[in-house]
Amino acid sequence: MHPYLGALCGGVLIGLAAVLLMAALGRIAGVSGIASGLVVGGASDRTWRLAFVLGLLAGPLLLWWLRGDSGIGAPQVGLPWMALAGLLVGIGTRLGGGCTSGHGVCGIARLSPRSLLATAVFMVFGIATVFVLRHLLGVGA
Amino acid sequence: MRAWIAFAAGLLFGLGLSLGGMTQPAVVLGFLDIFGAWDPRLVFVMAGAVLTTAVGYRLLLRRPRPLLAERFQWPVSRRIDARLVGGAALFGIGWGIAGYCPGPALASLGAGVPALLVLVACMIAGWWLAARLLPRAGGNA
Repeated sequence: MHPYLGALCGGVLIGLAAVLLMAALGRIAGVSGIASGLVVGGASDRTWRLAFVLGLLAGPLLLWWLRGDSGIGAPQVGLPWMALAGLLVGIGTRLGGGCTSGHGVCGIARLSPRSLLATAVFMVFGIATVFVLRHLLGVGA
Repeated sequence: MRAWIAFAAGLLFGLGLSLGGMTQPAVVLGFLDIFGAWDPRLVFVMAGAVLTTAVGYRLLLRRPRPLLAERFQWPVSRRIDARLVGGAALFGIGWGIAGYCPGPALASLGAGVPALLVLVACMIAGWWLAARLLPRAGGNA
């Protein structure tokens, strides 16, 4: 399959997942919101959140079973950068109320002004970070 | 039943991420590297996901309630503030450092890469820190 077609099909599957979760459970498919609720949320609705995260982990394994390649790539930066990145992603998605899925997919699909702004901001900062690290400091690829 | 649907949604989501190349940080960083060898795959993933979700959500708006829950929990916050923008900016920086947003980070755990475990552990610590030190009324997207 052409990489662009695979990307488009992958996107459609993500969209179907978001629609399924809203249709059945009435929930936005925002990964940071669903998963962080396991750590800091109330204890009442942990079951579906955990089930969603387990499904997320099983997704690439299903792809591996289907085509012999999980699609999981190798990290591109060293351990200290991975740790810093994780911390910033955690704090940022909690403060900003969402990530690429909650704001970027579900929020833009609803034309939410908050999500449109948040997505523009994290895209710009992501692009600027890659520019500084790769082209000014020579970190990573 | 709710847990099984949530698992299925997570599975579709994880399959879509891995099929779309989002579990390869090299692809994600390539998308953010607009000043280098730009990789447009994330655009196709986002387009497929947003369009599918937008159509599905539009159909769901006509329904009185979800199949397995009391009500649709559409996000209601309209607030545009420093918390939203600052959080999105921090998230963007973290995303640009390593090429992992929360969905792909969790979905890639099955490969058992130690550096990724560190990133996810730090992300969880970030969620906890943000909720603990900078709490706010209201939910997450």
